[in-house]
Amino acid sequence: MAILINEKTRIIVQGFTGRIGTFHAQEMIDYGSNVVGGVTPGKGGQTHLGLPVFNTVKEAVEQAGAEASIVFVPPAFAADSIMEAADAGIKYCVSITDGIPTQDMMTVKNFLRRFPKEDRMLLTGPNCAGTISPGRAMLGIMPGHIYIRGNVGVVGRSGTLGYEAADQMRALGIGITTSVGIGGDPIPGSSHRDILERLEQDPETKIALMIGEIGGPQEVEAGQFAKENMSKPLVAYIAGLTAPEGRRMGHAGAIISSAGESAAEKVAMLKELGVTICPTPSLMGQTIAEVLAKL
Amino acid sequence: MNIHEYQAKEILAEYGVKIAEGGLAYSVVEAVQRAREIEGDVWVVKAQIHSGARGKAGGIKVCRTHAEVEQAAESLLGKKLVTHQTGPAGKICSRLYIEAGTNIAKEMYLSFMIDRTSERVIIIGSAEGGMEIEKLAVTNPEAIIKIYVEPAVGLQDFQARKMAFALGIDAAQLNQAVKTIKGCYRALRDLDANILEINPLVITANHDIVALDAKMVFDENALFRRHRIAELRDNTQVDQREVAAGEAGLSYVGLDGDIGCMINGAGLAMATMDMIKLAGGEPANFLDVGGGASAERTEKAFRLVLADSGVKAMLVNIFAGINRCDWIAEGVVQAVKNIDMKVPLVVRLSGTNVEEGRRIIADSGLPIITADTLAEAAEKVVRARNEVVAKA
Repeated sequence: MAILINEKTRIIVQGFTGRIGTFHAQEMIDYGSNVVGGVTPGKGGQTHLGLPVFNTVKEAVEQAGAEASIVFVPPAFAADSIMEAADAGIKYCVSITDGIPTQDMMTVKNFLRRFPKEDRMLLTGPNCAGTISPGRAMLGIMPGHIYIRGNVGVVGRSGTLGYEAADQMRALGIGITTSVGIGGDPIPGSSHRDILERLEQDPETKIALMIGEIGGPQEVEAGQFAKENMSKPLVAYIAGLTAPEGRRMGHAGAIISSAGESAAEKVAMLKELGVTICPTPSLMGQTIAEVLAKL
Repeated sequence: MNIHEYQAKEILAEYGVKIAEGGLAYSVVEAVQRAREIEGDVWVVKAQIHSGARGKAGGIKVCRTHAEVEQAAESLLGKKLVTHQTGPAGKICSRLYIEAGTNIAKEMYLSFMIDRTSERVIIIGSAEGGMEIEKLAVTNPEAIIKIYVEPAVGLQDFQARKMAFALGIDAAQLNQAVKTIKGCYRALRDLDANILEINPLVITANHDIVALDAKMVFDENALFRRHRIAELRDNTQVDQREVAAGEAGLSYVGLDGDIGCMINGAGLAMATMDMIKLAGGEPANFLDVGGGASAERTEKAFRLVLADSGVKAMLVNIFAGINRCDWIAEGVVQAVKNIDMKVPLVVRLSGTNVEEGRRIIADSGLPIITADTLAEAAEKVVRARNEVVAKA
């Protein structure tokens, strides 16, 4: 099954003809993703990478049957592109763009909430590496070859730390149903909890790995959700034990600004909620293997 | 991005928030001149550094004569102030704000910020001003009032009134209170601030509502459209290594340890620092070299890490996705050759083109210690650091 994307998902690229959009569109096509075209306003009617370019997302939905989109638009214009996708009827959108103003994301989230839940576009990111259902489809910028297909569902705020986890699992022969990057921004499109809800519903996923970090409330909310609503085990790693208070560690959202936001506090609260904690970032694969062995 | 108190006050004044009469001084002579220009017989000399808790650190001095203003200015200008927010290094004070003394009848707390849980602007107020809100949240949480603002419609008058009454403001000052609260909200929204804090907001003996202190923190990601705010950046208030990093487009945070780090990705960087600590070491810095790291960028990152003379060993940990290990390896080899590197270097490469990257490192003939896994890399760099310390 996998969640969010599979080999059939009809994908468009927003910011298709730009340098970054072109590079990653080609990578996704090479991986086997069903890319059906792209959007660059003003370049509609052209052909790029052998695929149609549309002026608007609406046209891409109507003419190419687009269901999912990936946004490579620069930060100043990215919020607009995300809202255009939601308005056009795209079901799932990944925003790769790093550097979107926080208040723009506040507007985006508010815009999305106006749709009735059944028509509401799911957004992951911004500032993420995207989503991959190994062996099926890649909607992101990750090195696809390090992921193997299996039954661990992964959700994480960091791109490269997600690669590290996938690599450790691969070394132990453990594969992934879907790995979702939710990004490092303070206001993310989806939270850990939103993705865990879907992993819980996916029959192929047997266990979930959450890769969190300092700042914000969402890891503990996810732990609470897992305790109350999940039948599958949840394993977590929280990065940033050495991060000082009040300093932004790269990600716009990675800052300890109030009680409960440090890695140590999050780990303590998650343990209390019955979540299995990876004691070190080098033991993510090992910890998953141990929990899998008990199933 | 942080700005100074006087800059935040200038902004707030434009949004209809009342502030005390004041002026900026870069020298002792200017400070006295500013005091002369301000009527009254009490002046407050306030050190302009990017930190709260300046009062306890001696950065705010109440003066009753011009001679006292002169003494206060002399004692503060050019000095480093250490508050519990600055860390032991402190922050240099090169600007003073000279303000008319205010006769305070009542102190209150008022702040506005983007709340990550509700994804809205939250307004926090308390009738008990002057103390830290974090402490109040522990000792007397009932004394804190919170109002959430619906982003699509913005702050309404009734919400501002609700906050004003909760702050204990009299009917006579209600209009001014509403104007103050709405002005602050508009300043936060119009200028892409993440935080706006007035602690204390006071009612004066003359029944005026005045912002006695002001702190504003702006969204770095929005500075491209807030040119006027971007110009307020004061690099004397930031770790100089971070200034250099910003200019090179690298994300760097200076820390207290002695193991220098260069990593790609913020999460992997934090995780690597955690591994160093678990292996018994202490990281000297956080450094995310980012995606698409060219040889030039890698060398800049090396120079930045090694500019810290306390660094006793260095670790490079790259998991290449958009990056390619061969590019990184070439950058590392070039950097080691160009910089007279005196400390041991551990390199761990993984991901795209890893074999090619490892071959470049091996063929370079340079004394680079290599590692295959995160755990091995952390152990090796801590061992190398310990050997350096043992020899010294």
